[in-house]
Amino acid sequence: MSESDAAAQQSQEAGGASAPSRRAVLGWGGAGFALGAAAAGGAAAAFGGGSDMVSAASAGAAVPFHGEHQAGIASAVQDRLHFAAFDVKTKDRAELVKLLKEWTAAARLMTAGLPVGDVHEGLPEAPPTDTGEALGLKASRLTLTIGFGPGLFAKDRFGLEGKRPEALVDLELFPGDNLDPARSGGDLCVQACADDPQVAVHAIRQLARIGFGRTAMRWSQLGFGKTSSTTPDEQTPRNMMGFKDGTRNISGTDKAALDQHVWVGAGDGSDWLTGGSYLVARRIRMNIETWDRTPLQEQEDIFGRDKGEGAPVGKSKERDEPFLKAMKPEAHVRLAHPDTNNGATILRRGYSFTDGTDGLGRLDAGLFFLAYQRDIRKGFIPIQRNLARSDVLNEYIQHVGSAVFAVPPGVRDKDDWWGRTLFA
Amino acid sequence: MRPARLTVIAAASVAAALTAVTGCAQKSDAGGSDAIKVVASDSACDVSKTEFPSGKVQIDVENKGSKVTEVYVLFPDARIVTERENIGPGTKASITAEIKAGDYKIVCKPGMKGDGIAKDVKATGKGGEEKRSPEMDAAVAAYRAYVVQQAEETLPKAQAFADAVKAGDVEAAKKAYAPSRIGWERTEPVAESFGDIDPKVDVREDGLEAGQDPAKDWTGWHRLEKALWADNKIGDWEKELADLLITDLTDWQKKVGQAEITPTSIANGAKELLDEVATGKVTGEEERYSRTDLVDFKANVEGAQKAYELLKPIASKNDPELVKQLDTQFAALNTLLDKYRVDQATYEFTSYDKVGEQERKELSDGVNALAEPLSKLAAAVTK
Repeated sequence: MSESDAAAQQSQEAGGASAPSRRAVLGWGGAGFALGAAAAGGAAAAFGGGSDMVSAASAGAAVPFHGEHQAGIASAVQDRLHFAAFDVKTKDRAELVKLLKEWTAAARLMTAGLPVGDVHEGLPEAPPTDTGEALGLKASRLTLTIGFGPGLFAKDRFGLEGKRPEALVDLELFPGDNLDPARSGGDLCVQACADDPQVAVHAIRQLARIGFGRTAMRWSQLGFGKTSSTTPDEQTPRNMMGFKDGTRNISGTDKAALDQHVWVGAGDGSDWLTGGSYLVARRIRMNIETWDRTPLQEQEDIFGRDKGEGAPVGKSKERDEPFLKAMKPEAHVRLAHPDTNNGATILRRGYSFTDGTDGLGRLDAGLFFLAYQRDIRKGFIPIQRNLARSDVLNEYIQHVGSAVFAVPPGVRDKDDWWGRTLFA
Repeated sequence: MRPARLTVIAAASVAAALTAVTGCAQKSDAGGSDAIKVVASDSACDVSKTEFPSGKVQIDVENKGSKVTEVYVLFPDARIVTERENIGPGTKASITAEIKAGDYKIVCKPGMKGDGIAKDVKATGKGGEEKRSPEMDAAVAAYRAYVVQQAEETLPKAQAFADAVKAGDVEAAKKAYAPSRIGWERTEPVAESFGDIDPKVDVREDGLEAGQDPAKDWTGWHRLEKALWADNKIGDWEKELADLLITDLTDWQKKVGQAEITPTSIANGAKELLDEVATGKVTGEEERYSRTDLVDFKANVEGAQKAYELLKPIASKNDPELVKQLDTQFAALNTLLDKYRVDQATYEFTSYDKVGEQERKELSDGVNALAEPLSKLAAAVTK
């Protein structure tokens, strides 16, 4: 079955769905928002493209790997994440370049839904090239996005010290941070997003394998239930606290906003990064159990939104323009809003995580926060300073992992590779 | 520390080896004038005919020397087709075997030591052994010699350990413990292929099966390790266990020459040694009482490196890039290990409980960096 056939079949299945999903009913209540292009016709349409339907319609599809920007930033957010940070072990610049070319070739295949090499046709005496767990699965909108950490630009390493962008700053220690070095930093990162967790995990696993000897996995994070969307025609998903957060996220189709807040521009100082972006990754642990014992009113006051609809204080609909002064001064939404931060705006792409329980029987759960921006100094930092200082939510969360990366521009064509502009 | 690997298949007994070479219908009249006569002396091994029909073959041996001797029929890769040990001076013995068409060696070992005196012989007729290149046979023969040598060298070291245990000398036994394991650890995939020996000598308490009683059924090195380091005392049962360890290791030494070894099993065996490191040593599970994990680690790496060096001439032709990578990664891992080596001339390493989390991660990264390309060696050897 070709990809377009697969997509068509999926589309049919979605269109033929007679009952609306629970989420669609709860979230929209027939409010009549603009429909997602994919959710066409029938009963589904009446309830307006809930996220379930959009992803069902496009689950098999492949997201183009080549382009001006890397996929996985402004692309519609998929359901699942496997994020990995690597240390570069080789000291040889040529080896590193070779690795990046091999990774690019593998990423090109995997994002098209193909294995990286033989799965079961190879020599019986040798391990297969591709580990095989994604065999038979669709591309599942897999995107692979690479980032370069500050360590790569260190002096006497790969001759890149002159190319470290000024905006790739080492983050300060914010009040309340409790960072675990084993969940922080990294010379390289790869963000794998897909609608199928197995597809995302498979992708990271193949890259790790190709990298052994040249890279070593430093840490990785699985994520589910995207906590923000770049598609405003879908409802905003909920985080582990049960709230909608990130309603004001930049739309993946809003070119002007992306150019202004996300993509590094030609005059920004680092030419090799033009068309790229900066990524801040934070593992934010939530004190789930104490949150769950918090009265509803307090929960809503902390966020500055109501729990059911997600409407800002005093408003009735989620997307109503918030009146910040109506919120408590320390409300999360008020403190995070661009108007409170001199217009600072970031593109959020975070995911919920639950990594089992800690030794005390508490859920090790929270938000794996991913933010893309044109300049970390103007994006994440002022917002986080503001939040770390006063956000009442801090009583229920703690930042336990942190990393920053420069995210290079897209791979243009089949001869191009991740990092070409940096190493050229 | 896991029974019965698939890649190295032991010929469990001579009988099995014989079955393996059976299959040619042509039958020679056993005995009488058709028999191959071997006259062994202290310095010669005369064979009456160097070509004979394949099938059932009788070899009549006469020892005219002054030393006890043994006679082997070997495949070109040094695997044993058949053998007879303990042929005393002035005595005769007969050996019968089914031998397929192909090239073999008849070897006499005066004094039952060393390489012996070899004669090339040929079995003619239909059928024949699977074709292997002379390079492959040489690699297999050399690896077989290595595993035999490791077993032989291990026994006196194990005996020293056992003697210290039996003397009730805890300190001396502690000192002799890790060195007694090196030969085993270097050739573990082959040693493990004799499924019945590994559970007796190298099992850990948590490796016992349901229904086994640790007080009775747990034997071997790690049981004694626990007595020495955790309990700090040697009782009568430990002394018995020391003897048992020697019995089992002697059994291993006898069998090791019969292991079925192929170029790919050597290659995959090398990778398995790194797997041992990755799953047992890096985690600190293997030597949980003595904390001598890094000694085993080093021995595993050395065994893998030996296997690799023997296959390198073949691999360099087929995949020079891989060979380059493996050379680099072996060197890198050895350099990393040397950081924890008290003296480069000995096998004394830092106690593993003194190796921090970060350092363990570094060791683990080094193992992954080597094991991943090493997993491609079998393919590079066969293609």
